[in-house]
Amino acid sequence: MGLRLTMGALAAVAFLLLVSPGLVVIVVSFTSGYSLKFPPPGYSLRWYVSLLDAWQLQFAAANSVKVALWTTGLSVLLGVPAALAIARSASARARVLDSLFMSPLVLPALSFGLAALMFFSALGLPVSPLTLVIGHVVVCVPFVVRTTIASVAQLDLALLESSASLGASRLYTFRRVTLPLIRPGILAGAFIAFMSSFDNVPVSLFLRDARSDMLPIRMWQDLEGKLDVSIAAVSGVMIVVTLSAMILMERLAGLSRRLR
Amino acid sequence: MPAYELRLAAPLAGFFALFFLAPLAILFYVSLQNGAGLDLSHYARFLFDPFSLGVLGRTLLLGAEVTALCLLLGFPLAWVYVRSPGWLRPVLMLAVLLPLLTSVVVRTFAWIVILGRQGIVNSALLSLGFTDTPLRLLYTEGGVAVALAQVQIPLMVLPLITALSRIDTNLDDASLALGAGAWRGFWRITLPLSLPGIVAGGLLTYAAAITAFITQSLVGGGQMLFMPMYIYQQATALQNWPFAAAISIVFLAAVLAVVSVFNALGRLSRTHADA
Repeated sequence: MGLRLTMGALAAVAFLLLVSPGLVVIVVSFTSGYSLKFPPPGYSLRWYVSLLDAWQLQFAAANSVKVALWTTGLSVLLGVPAALAIARSASARARVLDSLFMSPLVLPALSFGLAALMFFSALGLPVSPLTLVIGHVVVCVPFVVRTTIASVAQLDLALLESSASLGASRLYTFRRVTLPLIRPGILAGAFIAFMSSFDNVPVSLFLRDARSDMLPIRMWQDLEGKLDVSIAAVSGVMIVVTLSAMILMERLAGLSRRLR
Repeated sequence: MPAYELRLAAPLAGFFALFFLAPLAILFYVSLQNGAGLDLSHYARFLFDPFSLGVLGRTLLLGAEVTALCLLLGFPLAWVYVRSPGWLRPVLMLAVLLPLLTSVVVRTFAWIVILGRQGIVNSALLSLGFTDTPLRLLYTEGGVAVALAQVQIPLMVLPLITALSRIDTNLDDASLALGAGAWRGFWRITLPLSLPGIVAGGLLTYAAAITAFITQSLVGGGQMLFMPMYIYQQATALQNWPFAAAISIVFLAAVLAVVSVFNALGRLSRTHADA
């Protein structure tokens, strides 16, 4: 078989595999029945209407948004300066720091969650929203560091040198030249950090207190127990929100170029 | 540009020392606790227990299956992406990015709908008359591998797009003009030059697949135990912290070993691609 035909056929399979699960969820979420039967017996908005009364899910979603906002804010405050420091440094110490900051991306988050729980309990600190945010920052800050480093590496040095030679102070140059140029990178990293915190289960499982119900954990536990159709409606809402946010970030920050 | 001082990294370095490295050190310490003293008994229990070793082996094997599947489907997708016309690229990129950013619980839920007794696959098989009773597709290792591959393909495709778009397309034409067939050109030029991307994507997919707690537990069900769930059960349901810590350390060590293999392959492939 020809190379182009083989590649095209496999790519088509991959494309279908990537796209169809999301479409299936959207279709099932409009079912009029009580089961996840596909195709649905009829269509209605009943499961979306049922979300209006699902206070447990609403409470969990609000918690997840709060934690993700705090996590994103702290990740940007800690991650951007660190990225500036190591982006253009060739020193061995900078390389070590780079590997350290990236390591939460490959190490099992669940092991880290357990380790952090043991750490806080050894210090005598009970789990709380604070310990939860700290744990989330560790696993989410790598995204901010990575995209910021990439945008600093693309800076045109001539611009910074001309700003300095025209008498601008380093702080002024940073505020008026560097920051506007690397802002899309920071924005893209912050967005991924937010999504990743919002979606986190392994760290939240260990570091949340009893009152902090988180949306992905609530959904996971609902799915372990019974196959509730309202989860399909929640999923439908989440897919639409993610898609809209993604298109917005593509406009604002050129998201797809920064994820590679 | 005057390089920024390294001390700008101090706050994050301090944060990591306190909340990342110190917890890992405590994890190691707890794994050695045995009654009043410290020893390696929890590690011995793991390493001489066929059940535990089976869980570790099954988890590492699952990672290999998922990575192979992601490469088989992800490579052609990246190959088509770099050769596709301008209007098609945003469509393909959207298809790759949307799953990456969608919640893992949502994506896994989709697979429950697809593979369930009343799901698409079973409806299709029943209506086509291939089977009389719905097949059990959920809670099988194949089901877990396919669901995980769908969840992780974007991690393979993105580095591959970067690697493939760096290859000079003139090389393709040159190889064709010199009389090599398209396949020969692929095996001798495109594939070797894209090795750094394959290694980078393979590392991300493998690490994500073996630690994918949610997909493993929901699609795999109760009977199929993988390392993350094993750790979680020991830590919470059984409250056996020292053993849970020891399993975590073994798992971390296994992941680090895999990472270093991939890194070594990466160095090798880059020298190969540069030569």
